[in-house]
Amino acid sequence: MNYFELFALNHSFVLDTNELRAKYLELQRAVHPDKFANASEQDRLLAVQQSARINDGFGMLKTPISRAEYLLSLAGIELAHEYQTIKDPMFLMEQMELREALEDISTSSDPEQEIIDFQQQIDRHIRGFEQQFVDLFAAGDQSSLNTAADNVRKLKFMLKLATEARELEERLLGF
Amino acid sequence: MALLQISEPGQSSAPHQHRLAAGIDLGTTNSLVASVRSGQATILLNDQGVGSIPSIVHYGEHEIKVGLEAKAHAVSDATNTVVSVKRFMGRTLEDIQASHKELPYNLSASENGLVTIETRTGVVNPIQVSSEILKPLVELAKSTLAGELDGVVITVPAYFDDAQRQGTKDAAELLGVKVFRLLNEPTAAAIAYGLDNDQEGIIAVYDLGGGTFDISILRLNKGVFEVLATGGDSALGGDDIDQVIADWIIAQSGYDGDHSPALQREIMQLACRAKESLSSQDHTELTLNLPCGNDWHGQLSRDVFDSLIQPIVKRTLMACRRAVRDADINTSDILKVVMVGGSTRVPLVRDKVGQYFEQQPLTSIDPDKVVAIGAAIQADILAGNKPDSDMLLLDVLPLSLGLETMGGLTEKVISRNTTIPVAKAQEFTTFKDGQTAMALHILQGERELVEDCRSLARFELRGIPPMAAGAAHIRVTFQVDADGLLSVSAMEKSSGVQTSIEVKPSFGLTDNEVANMIKDSMTFAKDDMQARMLAEEKVEASRVHEGLVSALKIDAHLLSSEERAPIEQAMAQLASAQAGSDLKSIKDAIALCDKVSQDFASRRMDQSIRQALSGQSVDNI
Repeated sequence: MNYFELFALNHSFVLDTNELRAKYLELQRAVHPDKFANASEQDRLLAVQQSARINDGFGMLKTPISRAEYLLSLAGIELAHEYQTIKDPMFLMEQMELREALEDISTSSDPEQEIIDFQQQIDRHIRGFEQQFVDLFAAGDQSSLNTAADNVRKLKFMLKLATEARELEERLLGF
Repeated sequence: MALLQISEPGQSSAPHQHRLAAGIDLGTTNSLVASVRSGQATILLNDQGVGSIPSIVHYGEHEIKVGLEAKAHAVSDATNTVVSVKRFMGRTLEDIQASHKELPYNLSASENGLVTIETRTGVVNPIQVSSEILKPLVELAKSTLAGELDGVVITVPAYFDDAQRQGTKDAAELLGVKVFRLLNEPTAAAIAYGLDNDQEGIIAVYDLGGGTFDISILRLNKGVFEVLATGGDSALGGDDIDQVIADWIIAQSGYDGDHSPALQREIMQLACRAKESLSSQDHTELTLNLPCGNDWHGQLSRDVFDSLIQPIVKRTLMACRRAVRDADINTSDILKVVMVGGSTRVPLVRDKVGQYFEQQPLTSIDPDKVVAIGAAIQADILAGNKPDSDMLLLDVLPLSLGLETMGGLTEKVISRNTTIPVAKAQEFTTFKDGQTAMALHILQGERELVEDCRSLARFELRGIPPMAAGAAHIRVTFQVDADGLLSVSAMEKSSGVQTSIEVKPSFGLTDNEVANMIKDSMTFAKDDMQARMLAEEKVEASRVHEGLVSALKIDAHLLSSEERAPIEQAMAQLASAQAGSDLKSIKDAIALCDKVSQDFASRRMDQSIRQALSGQSVDNI
């Protein structure tokens, strides 16, 4: 039983996270070890294992990036712990430019505004890659799936930038 | 719907029987016990009408005293009077010497380096001392509730690591008490608070106790208590506030002579009283009798006090900030801030916490009682007294778990703030031809270097089938249960050989030490030991038997009659073994039951998972 089946959801990148969360809580209510405080050792251990599996599944399906990776792994493309790099020169060039832009923000004339603009720009990229992933994954042929995998790799770069931008924002706003 | 509806009528041998359970707040400074009676969680009072006892143990000439009676010896017999032992739990002698400059004890180390205290009645470890503190609380619960306890919930700081949690559990088990659950203190407070007010939304629990600090961010929704993030410091609390005042007093008094154990204690007590009076006054007068015969008089103002403790308060706020970030929320998302622990009475703490969260923190529930109340509510539910309860606690791992890799670095296997229970597998391979063993070093903490993390255990995987280098694939599974306790199993994948694991807990107790401790404990003489083990095994046997009886009743459809027969046979064997008094045959019968019912148990679990989601319209979840 894969995680989509466990949560009785369609094998799809697009999902209703409220529905996912509601189902997650229902499943935990059924198997959480606290329901088995008076049960035998064997049943308690089984409950711990099942509860852990449900937690893992929820974590996997919860965020778009891990959901995308999981869908690809079900389709036979394993991205976790891989060392493959991106060979798209256009993308790499753009990454360098974005990094430079991020570095320049703190010395700019209006860093507070610039960091917000920068974050919006990154968000647009992220949404773009996610949308492309939906289409490529739906196509389903091997070449589309390979491109979808590249998309996920690019998405990871963007998410890393988003994290760094957020850290900079915190520093700028004096948290 | 659930696999075992324990309290459903007709399933248990004694339906609707009220099971006795209690919640215990084993605190650094004070400890208390609470229980749900007539639907209300209340703190249990002893014959003097007192609920909370000081967490102090005095090892006297003739007897061991706990609580107020022990406190009376804190100055006069400081070396044999253990206070704040919670700070020693799961810690090594080195840890303690590094963090405490002056302690009035004669300290030593156990086989594994764990700190031990030399008292006049012998060497004791923090688990034994904690067990002494638990004893009168358990006795109080037994006498108030009039019967043996089915189990207890004991609270621990959310930021306690594996060794500290295991030590706490061992302390209760030393008394022969079943621990339903170790519950994180802030989560316990959230239960007491949330159920009282039927709250929904995100709350922060700021818990500054005598020796530990926790911050937890929880989402409360329809009986679900979901911890989003937790943070803190398991060695930061009121004791540290006392220490900075004590240092200030010594500096002010100009005394530079020896610090006898009695003088150390006296200064600490003076500091503590000064702190307490500054919670309501602007300044306080101090008098210290110095060994040189002179008395020192001084005055401590609130302003000076505030500046002394400012660094401590700041450290707690840094932890708050990190927890808010880990929870992926903004402070403005937080509906309420709940204050827990005696140290939140300090005005500066309240002010700064209010400033950080931009709201007035809640102090409506007594910060000293709220944790025990929450634990009692949880214990009542776990005992099965509230079958209709829809409470669900989803807590998190407070500190990342990792493995030592090449070059003294750690590699994270499970990150902090992951919801528990959690299981993660990691694969390893051999690097030499014919290699049959492998060593793993498990660490807990956030830092990159092994030396900056806490060593939890060293494992040796043995019995790997000899193969060419790199051919063996060993899958090691790390599992953390709902108590936050780690267990590890390993399997060689290509051959399916279950690798045996030799656990060498770095800071836990060796089997020998555990055995000796039980032997030493005054309550259990040798014959008692046997009787106790037999009694415990019989309880487990009846759990297994009752579980199977009810399982066969509800889910007979999951078994063919051929599959059912061996289960019934094993149950008959268990019933007859349980009636006798041979420990081994009861154990064997339980093992047999487990074995023949294993498939059945998994099928039932799968069924309950399917049923959980069937017929549920998402709109009304």
